[in-house]
Amino acid sequence: MTDKHVKAMTADIETPTFETTAFTTPPPLEEATVAIVTSASLHHPDDDDFAPADTGFRVLDAERRDYVLGHWSPNFDTTGFAIDLNTVFPIDRLDELAAKGVIGKVADRHLSYAGNQFDLSAIRMDSGPAGARWLKEQGVDVVLLTPV
Amino acid sequence: MCTLAHVFEAAGLATVALGSQRNQIAGTAPPRGLWCDFPLGRPLGRPGDPEFQHRVLDRALSLLEADGPVFEEFGESITDDVTEVLACPVPARHDAGAHPAVDEARGLRQAYDRAVERFGNRIGAGRVVDADQLPGAIEAFVRVAEGTPWKEAGIPGIPARVAQDIRGYYETAAIGLADHAPGAWVGTRWFYDETRTGAVMLAARAAMRDAGEKHNVWFYLTPGDR
Repeated sequence: MTDKHVKAMTADIETPTFETTAFTTPPPLEEATVAIVTSASLHHPDDDDFAPADTGFRVLDAERRDYVLGHWSPNFDTTGFAIDLNTVFPIDRLDELAAKGVIGKVADRHLSYAGNQFDLSAIRMDSGPAGARWLKEQGVDVVLLTPV
Repeated sequence: MCTLAHVFEAAGLATVALGSQRNQIAGTAPPRGLWCDFPLGRPLGRPGDPEFQHRVLDRALSLLEADGPVFEEFGESITDDVTEVLACPVPARHDAGAHPAVDEARGLRQAYDRAVERFGNRIGAGRVVDADQLPGAIEAFVRVAEGTPWKEAGIPGIPARVAQDIRGYYETAAIGLADHAPGAWVGTRWFYDETRTGAVMLAARAAMRDAGEKHNVWFYLTPGDR
């Protein structure tokens, strides 16, 4: 079992296509509020676990560090995240960038979805737009998207 | 992940998407995509290496300066070093009356607890079964491996989720025993190749497959290439 083998196993999975590519110009980075949105199915222990094919999202509090991996796929390394959460969810790195003034502010709360979805219609039409609205309401300008 | 980038941009958020699987991020073509040739599960590259993680972030955030859709490749690669071996001692038999896998799991409990105390419980047991319940879950998979239909074996939840708790318990114990941050997949290979419980999980999966159980029920018990 190697990373190369696992990647080869999933290499032929069809990717969604978008007829047009939306593009939003951000404010200057040093003024921007930055959030992380991950598809690692992270959640706090006291939040609901992700169900199979769960297309919803969970809110991650930036003041906490008790993020738990809730992803259903066994096809990625998990020890990197176990040792250092920043390997997947670089919240400490963003805090450091904000302290240096590179970015304006780290969002107070972030989002997590479940990757490895075979039917993306609910995310495209429902939970994705809902997450975007929620982030906008929090004053987020820039989103860093991290997979596993 | 990249689908969300399209959705978020359409809603007025600027995004930067990291991707570890080139064909996936290139195919979905997010507005700003950075392909990082890193092992799956480590999108920022190296655990415990803030300097490296900052290089990834600096490059990712630099894409925000582009005035249109952009796809770039991070200049450094991390490959899965298949020769790296985790020198974790598998505990000696303690209870001759217990199945060797169950005895082994009990023997790793102190290492698991130390790792949880040090790192937190991010991947370990607890989704379905906690550390105290884990030996019972392993016993259920032993029964499956020996031919008992999985629905009659007493698996305390959806098999794939219980299997994740078992793997997570072992890999958490492994990082507690290791004297360094192991490379990607090293703990996983140790679990399936070196431990009695890893062998039980592979055998249970094979038994379920051979019994004609539904693909989704047995396939996700272990990484797919097993």
